[in-house]
Amino acid sequence: MSSTGFADRPNARMRVSAALFRRPWLRGGLLLSGPLAWFVLIYLAALVALFVSSLWSVDSFTGNLVHTWTLNNFKTLFTVGTYRTIALRTIGIAAAVTVTDALLALPFAFFAVRIASKRVQGALFVAVLIPLWSSYLVRVYVWRLILAKEGVLNWALGQIGLGSLNIGYSNWAMWIVFSYIWLPFMILPIWSAIERVPDSLIEASADLGARGWRTFSSVLFPLILPGIVAGSIFTFALTLGDYITPTLVGGAGSDFIGNVVYANVGVASNVPFAAAFATVPLVVMGVYLLIARRLGAFEAL
Amino acid sequence: MIGTSRLSRIALAVWTVLILLFLFVPIALIVVYAFNPSNVQSWPLHGLSTKWFSSTWHNAEMRHAFWLSVRAGLISTAIALLLGSMAAFAVHRFRFFGREAISFLLVLPIALPGIITGMALNSFINFSGIGFSLTTIIVGHATFCIVTVYNNVLARLRRTQSSLVEASMDLGADGWQTFRFVTLPMIATALVAGGLLAFALSFDEIVVTTFTAGAQNTLPIWIFGNIRLGQQLPQVNVVVLFVILVSLIPVALARRLTRDTGILRPTAAAPAAGA
Repeated sequence: MSSTGFADRPNARMRVSAALFRRPWLRGGLLLSGPLAWFVLIYLAALVALFVSSLWSVDSFTGNLVHTWTLNNFKTLFTVGTYRTIALRTIGIAAAVTVTDALLALPFAFFAVRIASKRVQGALFVAVLIPLWSSYLVRVYVWRLILAKEGVLNWALGQIGLGSLNIGYSNWAMWIVFSYIWLPFMILPIWSAIERVPDSLIEASADLGARGWRTFSSVLFPLILPGIVAGSIFTFALTLGDYITPTLVGGAGSDFIGNVVYANVGVASNVPFAAAFATVPLVVMGVYLLIARRLGAFEAL
Repeated sequence: MIGTSRLSRIALAVWTVLILLFLFVPIALIVVYAFNPSNVQSWPLHGLSTKWFSSTWHNAEMRHAFWLSVRAGLISTAIALLLGSMAAFAVHRFRFFGREAISFLLVLPIALPGIITGMALNSFINFSGIGFSLTTIIVGHATFCIVTVYNNVLARLRRTQSSLVEASMDLGADGWQTFRFVTLPMIATALVAGGLLAFALSFDEIVVTTFTAGAQNTLPIWIFGNIRLGQQLPQVNVVVLFVILVSLIPVALARRLTRDTGILRPTAAAPAAGA
């Protein structure tokens, strides 16, 4: 066997590719093993660690972890009024932000898709992408400057003779800033939902005598509802899990679930309690996603 | 549109302009504030100046944080490129049980609220006792960056024809040659675009990072700490302008590379907030 031509004796690389080609399950398995191992060994394992450590506790004298099963963390969550208030505040503001963004985004997306010329439409699309991808932290920070007592907002109000508005460091500030930050996440799914509505349906509605508003409420709105719900998944989940905005623009009594979690990992050093509180947004999101799936939002993502 | 009166068209146009102002006035202010000559951040500014630029450049803490962010971003991007494209190939080429669940699993780290991903990784790190390091930051970042590469590569694969690969095999190329000379050129720009987005996502992330960094400062953590304590604000203003530029350049490039593929639609997006 002195020949090295691969016609009669394929080289090793050739044999490996041939072997792999004949066994698609092996190729697929090899490809999938890397990413799957990463997600199972790190991400899913981390989620399990979250649940497990939420059932542990911390020795109040030594500060060490106590590895015995207890539901005390959850009992504290449900019985201490402060935590209930914080959870309700977080969910309430997340809901308010979601509704606000839907109201802001709907006319904008409608104009962009159905009325604007192609060129304007392209420009508007880029105009939504720029804030979407600009640094989140930076955009929160600039609102801190805008809403400050000596900031741009009060200056502008003063210029037009409306006095001043001290809403910096309050729930109002959080509502405005969250609505600002997540608005592009609401616009884009609504945008593509409106794009998918065929013109013929709108024309048919007009032919049948419906005016603009009637066409909107009876034809267009039901068709773009999945898009709105898809956008709301982002606005709701992102607000629910935040602690940066409450820290930077919220007031003294504006803690979110995230702030409590953050404080317990850091200063208060009670990781089990932090883990227990972090499961609250997880459960809320689980319920929310179930409802969203019913409304057909997953196809609109 | 039919059925839209002139009046409502005008009203909608006005609304659109107002939304654009709402979106862009703050961004314009970020640019202006970087040139604020004063230590005080009140409005209106008293003149414009570039005097903070050089002191920012020479700020050792800031530089340290910046390089940590760059290192974390580059390594996470490399991991995301490898794992994200492997997953995209597997899902594109093969039919297997649980295939639909893969996309869902990969998007989870950015679809779930940031504190859940952060807190889960934090428990995991505590649990295993490995201690916080650059590695733990990278593990967190790579986990939520994989999906951007995956989405980009998968979208590209769906638009390419599998007959090209078959032709290559028919002409005698082995698996590696086919990958190197046929598949890779086809997906190259999608890889670059996905990688750029992954880097932008990593460079800017803070919510997950605070839970995986321990006492280390990435650039966003440095910025956040200074804002909270009201320290070094003139320098923060300069850095913040820089961060906006760094996060936008990759996105502009990625968009150029993947024009008309719809890559930058929200599922591929969901950046920031580590969300």
